[in-house]
Amino acid sequence: MQIELKDLSYTYGLHTVYEVPALKGINLKIRAGEFIGLAGHTGSGKSTLIQHMNGLIRPTSGQVFYEGKDIWEEGYDLRELRTHVGLVFQYPENQLFETTVLKDVMFGPGNQGLSEEECRKRADYALKLVGIPEDLYETSPFDLSGGQKRRAAIAGVLAMNVEVLILDEPTAGLDPAGREEILTLIRHLRDQQGITIILVSHSMEDVAAYAQRMIVFHEGEIAFDGTPKMVFSHFRELEKIGLAAPEITYIMHELKERGLDVDVSAITVPEAKRSILMALAQKNS
Amino acid sequence: MGELTLGQYYPVDSVLHRLDPRVKFVGTIVYIVGLFQVRGVFGYLFAAAVLLLLIFLSKVPFRFILKSLKPVFFLLIITMLFNVLLTPGTVLWKWWILRITKEGLRQAVTMGLRLVFLVCGSSIMTLTTTPNALTDAMERLFSFLKIIRVPVHEIAMMMSIALRFIPILTEELDKIKKAQMARGADFESGGVIRRLKAMIPLLVPLFVSAFRRANDLAMAMEARCYHGGSGRTQMKPLRYRRRDAAAYILMAVFLGICIVFRITGL
Ligand SMILES: Nc1ncnc2c1ncn2[C@@H]1O[C@H](COP(=O)(O)OP(=O)(O)OP(=O)(O)O)[C@@H](O)[C@H]1O
Ligand SMILES: [Mg+2]
Repeated sequence: MQIELKDLSYTYGLHTVYEVPALKGINLKIRAGEFIGLAGHTGSGKSTLIQHMNGLIRPTSGQVFYEGKDIWEEGYDLRELRTHVGLVFQYPENQLFETTVLKDVMFGPGNQGLSEEECRKRADYALKLVGIPEDLYETSPFDLSGGQKRRAAIAGVLAMNVEVLILDEPTAGLDPAGREEILTLIRHLRDQQGITIILVSHSMEDVAAYAQRMIVFHEGEIAFDGTPKMVFSHFRELEKIGLAAPEITYIMHELKERGLDVDVSAITVPEAKRSILMALAQKNS
Repeated sequence: MGELTLGQYYPVDSVLHRLDPRVKFVGTIVYIVGLFQVRGVFGYLFAAAVLLLLIFLSKVPFRFILKSLKPVFFLLIITMLFNVLLTPGTVLWKWWILRITKEGLRQAVTMGLRLVFLVCGSSIMTLTTTPNALTDAMERLFSFLKIIRVPVHEIAMMMSIALRFIPILTEELDKIKKAQMARGADFESGGVIRRLKAMIPLLVPLFVSAFRRANDLAMAMEARCYHGGSGRTQMKPLRYRRRDAAAYILMAVFLGICIVFRITGL
């Protein structure tokens, strides 16, 4: 088990007037190489949860294990942990600060105590992965376009050679092409590099198309945990907690009700297309 | 969320919370002035009783009042220490160059009590009044300065915007700090130079964001035709009620009693 959360609870502003219980008794196991989609209504505790995974937040109660070790045990090196578990915050472009793109990406490896040369190599590698061309290396990160800034910021985390990559709404505020690029990049990282991915997203379509496992949060608790197909089969319950299944799920159910024998568990457009064509062919023959 | 987490404001409903902020502002000043009139034991007991009554009326838990003393704790200790050790007079105890005098002890206790009462008294105001209500009150109270061309409205507006931005920027700083920690940044170890250098990854993004927000806000205000104070009305204008008048009368009584204590020296 790569990451394990045991009975994890967290309350913001403990012992003040503004106490907010954000997480309530979470139990979760994550295996190496998984691609997990994390969904949930706004304020359901997703961002709070992922900050527990690299030790940025200390749980109010419960434990966090990384590769079997309790990360809040006396003497555990949290900075070392953060070089294994990379966390890309929402709007990561807001954390850029260096004078050039290359230097900014070198910040992470530099903190790991690597030599200048090694840092440069890592940064170059990460920037290539996210598709930032070499002629942009020496420009100011503030002069990049929105999508480029986002990719440079992701590179800043990748350059640390992480084993787990957690992304909080990496596609927020991007145009469809930009979203597609980022999501493809993430899938590539998992398939080619074997990095475990945890993707926080509001878009059920994105999660459906990319993740193998889907975890749905509701008011600080896990409401569903399973394959996207399984989770979306509960689309009526999902609606009750303010979420929706992909459009396709609704169309397929509607078609089925009207008498076309389609596969209602289809969750992506290509899948649905295949199923509908097949059903139509069957009907006509 | 923003306004609530700001400052010390403790959100409950009490008589003090409902008072006009101008009354509370003036009341705090009256209390401090009164405090500096009393000298004797009975005078201080009276000031303490009034303070306790106010705390009770405010419905703010006592520990929140005590919390407000934390930042001045060192000042308090140092003031008392200096007073005890450096005031000349009848020597009670002597060791090496240190000596404690009767006058010194009295002076230290007086100063200590004054400081504690002063801080508690003003924190009752900040605990029961939102910062926005307070700037409103100040704008109205000082509006007479407009005659000598002090831009009272503009100053008040700047103050309330600044207050509004404090929690936003604190939150932003927290986010940036966490993001840089996720990239392995270390803010705790190393010497002074290293720690100062570690601030750069925090401060650059913070300033960028502050300027962007300021720019956006200016644009939004202009888009809604903001052009300064003249002819501007308020959505919730401050209006005195019966209880505010009663509060002013009680303040006058309080001040009167304090002056009596001063004259009689009790
Ligand atoms: N710094 C904070 N201080 C106090 N309360 C907070 C803080 N951050 C989050 N919360 C509260 O904790 C709860 C969970 O917040 P969290 O940010 O984890 O939700 P989320 O699922 O990430 O939402 P979103 O989809 O909007 O990003 C919310 O009720 C929120 O108001
Ligand atoms: Mg969030």
